[in-house]
Amino acid sequence: MTGLVGAVLEAWDELRVHRVRVLLALVGVAVAVTAITGVTAAVTMLGQAMQEQNERDMGRDVTLSAWSTGPGGTQDAAALDATVDAVAARYDISYHSVESWVQLGVQGGTTEMLPDLMAVDPAYGTIMRTDVVAGRWFTDRDAEQLGPVLVANRAFLDEYAGGAAVAEHPQVRLLGETPVTATVVGELRARWPDEGPRALMLFDHLARWAPEQARADSYRFWVPPETATDLAAVLSRDLTAAGVPMQVDPPYDQPFVMDRALQWVVLGVGGFALLLGGLGLLNISLVTVRYRIREIGIRRSFGATGGRVFFGVLMESVVATTVAGVVGVVAAVAVVKNIPVEAVFGTALQDEPGFPFSAALTGMACAVAVGALAGLIPAVYAVRVKVIDAIRY
Amino acid sequence: MTAAPLVDLRAVTRHVPLPGGGELRILRGVTLSVHAGEHVAVVGRSGTGKSTLLNILGLLDSPTSGEYELEGVPVERLGARARARRRGDDFGFVFQQFNLLAGRTALENVAAPLLYARGRRFWSRRRLAAQMLERVGLGERLDTMPEKLSGGEQQRVAIARALVRGPRVILADEPTGALDVETGRAVMDLLDDAARRTGAALVTITHDLAIAARADRQFRLADGVLVPIDLETPATVIEVGAL
Repeated sequence: MTGLVGAVLEAWDELRVHRVRVLLALVGVAVAVTAITGVTAAVTMLGQAMQEQNERDMGRDVTLSAWSTGPGGTQDAAALDATVDAVAARYDISYHSVESWVQLGVQGGTTEMLPDLMAVDPAYGTIMRTDVVAGRWFTDRDAEQLGPVLVANRAFLDEYAGGAAVAEHPQVRLLGETPVTATVVGELRARWPDEGPRALMLFDHLARWAPEQARADSYRFWVPPETATDLAAVLSRDLTAAGVPMQVDPPYDQPFVMDRALQWVVLGVGGFALLLGGLGLLNISLVTVRYRIREIGIRRSFGATGGRVFFGVLMESVVATTVAGVVGVVAAVAVVKNIPVEAVFGTALQDEPGFPFSAALTGMACAVAVGALAGLIPAVYAVRVKVIDAIRY
Repeated sequence: MTAAPLVDLRAVTRHVPLPGGGELRILRGVTLSVHAGEHVAVVGRSGTGKSTLLNILGLLDSPTSGEYELEGVPVERLGARARARRRGDDFGFVFQQFNLLAGRTALENVAAPLLYARGRRFWSRRRLAAQMLERVGLGERLDTMPEKLSGGEQQRVAIARALVRGPRVILADEPTGALDVETGRAVMDLLDDAARRTGAALVTITHDLAIAARADRQFRLADGVLVPIDLETPATVIEVGAL
């Protein structure tokens, strides 16, 4: 016990006495640890950003798509919903939504045209990670509203509502067989720059105020990944048997979340930086050990064993790089936590991942490993020094 | 002296190979016994093997042949770890050039050997070091760096460091070599007093016959051969002084 504590105290004491040298040697290690930890964390955030972007297009992992294979034309919305709800409930599917592409004219101010309009259920927002930047998404209580409500993007508001903000409760006319006034309650984030006017409405409202348009073109079911393949088959069978002829696509493989090659490249760059930092440390450690030969001899006269000298010199290096590792990890956390996510990744994160513990662990492990490797050669050298020569040095 | 000797060298030799072949015979059949509480001085020219003898006594070096018993235990039977432990526990070294650790205060220098001690002495090292510095008259200079101390003060710190683990044998290699006569005398007073008080054996290597004369027994080392001398005999003084 005292041997270990003594070795650590001795190492710390050496670092304290030679702090300027140590600081110079450790700048490279700390920067490299910051790079490795920061890159690992940034890669995790980038992966999350790409995952979320992908889920905005294709639905959350795993979302099954069901396509109507029946005859076209309008359907009894209430009956349809009840049937699909029953089938979904049978398999404990909490989130599912209809998708209906609506050909409905919209009038706002002097503008009258067909925007990109789709009717969905409230669950659609969760399944497709719909990003509302102002106002709100649909709730189940919206079905009871006296008029339809919309969630639309900025282009839609600019085109049909004179650029009004959602807080001003902008209204537009839906030009079905019986025109009706709809209120925009939420603003969608544009999916890409210069996206055209786009709006979403509830399928219940479509069925009530423009029943001639109410077609269930497709459904989305968010299901557990482990049962997705089986559910695709049974949903298709059960929906068809219930009178809703649907083809449920088998789950597709999610597109790459993070290009592995890119991940290796960034880690490689960080690793190379760490190697350079480690070489700098090794160089300075070797020079220092030569400079300390007499001191090592004196310590041997105090009763220091070869093992203790070896461990002491090694510990100096490890303690130093551990401190550098802590500094590097703290710096990486500070950098990563202040990354302007939207500007860097091109998309906001709904579920911003916390600073990955694995990244901090990787950084610390790299720092300790570099310290041990950089300390190894000087430690061997220190042990090989002849005590009597060392004292005379 | 009737008790068993603390250190006992018998016919010890030390040879080192020369780069061009052959070997240098530093010590030739040295026999020396030192008892607890005894002060022994070794005089001799530079390069006659005095420091090598001291290094062998202090387990820093090993004899090429011959026997060395430490409290009756043959040293050759001790492994490297046991030798290091006995070196730390039983020997205190005082060097000519003080060999204080740079960048450490007087207190840290004296506490340094206790980093290799165990138990209570390890955990109380700063208190023990402060007490030892107090004892050598440097109680007011605990936090002073060695370079701020005079030569005599530095040697007193070195003596405090040598004594802090309570050694059985104090090995002093030219302890006054870097000091003026007055300061050297004061340092030797300190060493003698410490050895007498603790019952430790003191082996002093010196050029200075006045310093050697303070010892109970004196030896001369010439050409690797150790012979007893009597500094009370004027002829011997003249002969040794001429070396």
